[in-house]
Amino acid sequence: MADTPSITRDDVAHLARLARIDLPPESLDHYAEQLGVILGAVAQVSEVATADVPPTSHPLPLVNVFREDVVRPSLTNAEALSGAPSVESERFRVPRILDEE
Amino acid sequence: MSTHVAETVVDYDDVVARFDPVLGLEVHVELGTVTKMFCGCPTDFGAAPNTQVCPVCLGLPGALPAVNAVAVESAIRIGLALHCSIAEWCRFARKNYFYPDMPKNFQTSQYDEPIAFDGYLDVEVETDEGMRTFRIEIERAHMEEDTGKTSHQGGATGRIHGADYSLIDYNRAGIPLIEIVTKPVPDTGKYAPDVARAYVTALRELVRGLGVSDVKMEQGSLRCDANVSLRRTPSDPLGTRTETKNVNSLRSVERAVRYEMTRQAAVLDAGGRVVQETRHWHEDTGVTTSGREKSDADDYRYFPEPDLVPIAPSREWVEDLRAALPENPAVRQTRLKAAWGISDFEMASVVNAGALDLVEDTVALGSDQGAARKWWTGELARIANERGVELHDLPITATDVARVETLVGAGALNDKLARQVIEGVLAGEGTPDEVVAARGLAVVSDDGPLLAAIDDALAAAPDVAEKIRGGKVAAAGAIVGAVMKATRGQADAAKVRALLLERLGVTED
Amino acid sequence: MSTDLITLTAAQTAAVVADGSASAVEVAQAHLDRIGAVDGRVHAFLHVDTAGALTAAAAVDAARASGATLGPLAGVPLALKDVLTQKGIPTTCGSRILEGWRPPYDATVTARLKVAGVVILGKTNMDEFAMGSSTEHSAYGPTHNPWDLERIPGGSGGGSAAAVAAFEAPLAIGTDTGGSIRQPAAVTGTVGVKPTYGAVSRYGLVALASSLDQAGPCARTVLDTALLHAVIAGHDPMDSTSADVAVPDVVGAALRADVKGLRVGVVTELGGEGYQAGVRQRFDETVELLTSLGAEVVEVSCPHFPYALGAYYLILPSEASSNLAKFDGVRFGLRVGEDDGNPSIEQVMGRTRAAGFGPETIRRIMLGTYALSAGYYDAYYGSAQKVRTLIQRDFAAAFDQVDVLISPTAPTTAFKLGEKLDDPLAMYLNDVATIPANLAGTPGMSLPIGLAPEDGLPVGLQIMAPAMADDRLYNVGAAVEAALLDRWGHPILEEAPTL
Repeated sequence: MADTPSITRDDVAHLARLARIDLPPESLDHYAEQLGVILGAVAQVSEVATADVPPTSHPLPLVNVFREDVVRPSLTNAEALSGAPSVESERFRVPRILDEE
Repeated sequence: MSTHVAETVVDYDDVVARFDPVLGLEVHVELGTVTKMFCGCPTDFGAAPNTQVCPVCLGLPGALPAVNAVAVESAIRIGLALHCSIAEWCRFARKNYFYPDMPKNFQTSQYDEPIAFDGYLDVEVETDEGMRTFRIEIERAHMEEDTGKTSHQGGATGRIHGADYSLIDYNRAGIPLIEIVTKPVPDTGKYAPDVARAYVTALRELVRGLGVSDVKMEQGSLRCDANVSLRRTPSDPLGTRTETKNVNSLRSVERAVRYEMTRQAAVLDAGGRVVQETRHWHEDTGVTTSGREKSDADDYRYFPEPDLVPIAPSREWVEDLRAALPENPAVRQTRLKAAWGISDFEMASVVNAGALDLVEDTVALGSDQGAARKWWTGELARIANERGVELHDLPITATDVARVETLVGAGALNDKLARQVIEGVLAGEGTPDEVVAARGLAVVSDDGPLLAAIDDALAAAPDVAEKIRGGKVAAAGAIVGAVMKATRGQADAAKVRALLLERLGVTED
Repeated sequence: MSTDLITLTAAQTAAVVADGSASAVEVAQAHLDRIGAVDGRVHAFLHVDTAGALTAAAAVDAARASGATLGPLAGVPLALKDVLTQKGIPTTCGSRILEGWRPPYDATVTARLKVAGVVILGKTNMDEFAMGSSTEHSAYGPTHNPWDLERIPGGSGGGSAAAVAAFEAPLAIGTDTGGSIRQPAAVTGTVGVKPTYGAVSRYGLVALASSLDQAGPCARTVLDTALLHAVIAGHDPMDSTSADVAVPDVVGAALRADVKGLRVGVVTELGGEGYQAGVRQRFDETVELLTSLGAEVVEVSCPHFPYALGAYYLILPSEASSNLAKFDGVRFGLRVGEDDGNPSIEQVMGRTRAAGFGPETIRRIMLGTYALSAGYYDAYYGSAQKVRTLIQRDFAAAFDQVDVLISPTAPTTAFKLGEKLDDPLAMYLNDVATIPANLAGTPGMSLPIGLAPEDGLPVGLQIMAPAMADDRLYNVGAAVEAALLDRWGHPILEEAPTL
């Protein structure tokens, strides 16, 4: 990561697919430029992130936080569906699903 | 119904003569915890849609997960039973991908830090040289959460293709799953399908023995993905594998592996290359079809789940759980084999039929072990297979079978009647005694009706009667058969024979 | 009467409600009237819950009438940042994608406020999903700084800070992922505290970056923030990252306000170049003030702090890209493009997210998606997590030498609306001094220390303490506040122009 990464229009399109954001084609170059600048700036982290430094994922060193296997009240069906854009037969309705069976 | 056409395949014997298969099996076990993996919603099967959901398992903004202690304990116990090492420290990770049945659009799972790793499970398979033990090495067992259930509406088939829209029920979303992944399983040769089936069977028995899941394949509480690859010789590097999903019965495990071997062989023979992809097993047509090709879309962007803290099971906890494990299945089989005086092969039949618990329970209720095995691995296994369900899920219990055997032993039922009683129990007609009463299935022991039936039979076959009188006692079988038929099997054949010979004044030699 | 009620501190308000010199309903109505009068220009609120506020206030009055003992903040109005759920009340996170969503549950913070008899007036404006330092990234238009309506109120919690500064509420809740409580406090002349990570439950706080987010109090005095801190902090089993430890006596510390013999460290790396002259001047004066109050002030180096911004802008987008994946138009919120052709759910998700998220949110989702990608994980996310370790070590070493650390809260005073809107890097630099505490999980406070001579706008002092030692912030903050009040003769907000 010594070099400032260059982000291409195609990279942006790929990231947008992964992130499920239907970006207009005319915006890709602008995002590519901005992401490149930001990544160039943040890339400095590699200067000090040497192999001997352990990563920290959680700010507090807690472990083994568990919940008892005891039922708590669920939402009612009406509450569960209350914010949904589309419902049918007590379920969330979505347009047809592509992909696999 | 699907109309998938089988691709070109190669004859199985030809495949195994020229190719070396390598298996990989991924089994998902849905735990039988009272609540979900990360929230307090109940896990009851069959509840009304979207009534066992809350902000957490619906993935509503702001909600946070909290780990179910019993799920962690169950994962450790499964790991220990599989001779795995238990992680001293591990984390959950997020597996990021979009799918509408997954509320958060990431699955909270474990990635490079599974809670259990490096174990094995020995399975017995019948080979041409007798019973052989295959050691299946376990790579990992990790915790994750289930997805919701989608039903596809409209279109001609009710399947996803051609559907107009879909409806989602999130009751299942967040139910704890343990995923158990084998290392590549080499050296199974032509027994690959049998080994796959035996592994899933043994794993199911092991998990059932731990009491952490009901492991019902047809309800999806045990699911299997079968990975298969072929190579020319065992010294070649691993071939490209396919991952077959939707393999929802023991029989399907075997059939799907076998089919994939024959299909891949045909691809390779034609000079093609096997595509690394997900394939779907179709129980009805017995083929797999291409699902989704592995691609850069499978960049799951795993990272440690920041909303959950690491799990560091103390060694004391792990050792306590190890000490409290039920008897190891292998040890148990050795013990029962000795107690019942049966061979390795006979024990393997019991285990592979998924009948060990049932036979043991039936014997414990007083039945002869031979009779118990005969029922469970014979007639009942056949019926379960026909119905496409597990033996455990037939509507008959060890108590029922033991009762039938008691009635047989007392002479109240003969073999044929016993089958009818079993049939009645399976048909939901009640307990064995209720079936006997309702169907009037008692052995006819009153001499009067039997003698009348014998006279009718003799009158109908005077030539046979003459032969018997002439000393040809062997001919008596035909008359006994006719009497049995006339009494619809409700007579004791030995008694009919004795009465017949007495009637004709003949004695046995 | 009305004007008097809105200028009271929270502590004073609770006192007048408790002694019956004003009813909670009168207090609530006075603030609702103030909102009606000024919020058209300030735009601190996205939703005002008039009926709910009056009902809650009436319940406090009824409790008092029945002889019940009221809690220390009973009857005090509060503005809730729109990133925390409140059952049945619109919660947008400043985003179009959540427009109209009414959550079916209360955040733990919200529930604690209700139990304490705090009167929630409404939901405050914010940068979309708390991404920003100016509140300009709100889908519902920016909030204006009460000191100068042409300037930003800071962000992401600009609405909460502006509501407090504009006397629309004596208290507000903010959330701080990289400075979103402290920087708005600094540029609006108010007090804001980011508690230790894990001190306040995140359940019901719509996550931006789970390992960085922390809710905290905003008010006009240090004591008021302490009183609010005490109400919202505490262990919550619904948040697995919540610390199961006793809440430090923050109110006692605020009342103590004594820095004699206290060791105070000035962070070398958080000052100097890039910091506005007037900011530096007020900060240097504060150092002298602390010395005069008996503190022992030394300079302390935190050599890895210059890498904090880079680490932050990798960790935050990475976690955010995953946290924001659930906004897909299936279970709640916006759905777009369903009728255009015969689209699949995949297409509808893509259209919904493109239409529902603003440009800064999209930028950060893309950045995080990139940083987590196979092949880049180690170089970006992995390296950033290592820098996090180094920042924690810097703090640990510094707190071996001193009791608290101080710095300016933000490099500049409030800038003009629009000035940095399309220059992400320039915008990100606003958080350079506040980010280290988020990466380390340690607590921080900002309080006003005067106006910059060149523009007459407020300057903030940041105080940082070790994890779980939040009480030190309140002790030092209250001491500085008292000394400055003594010097000025009036609260700083009296210098603000009349709205």
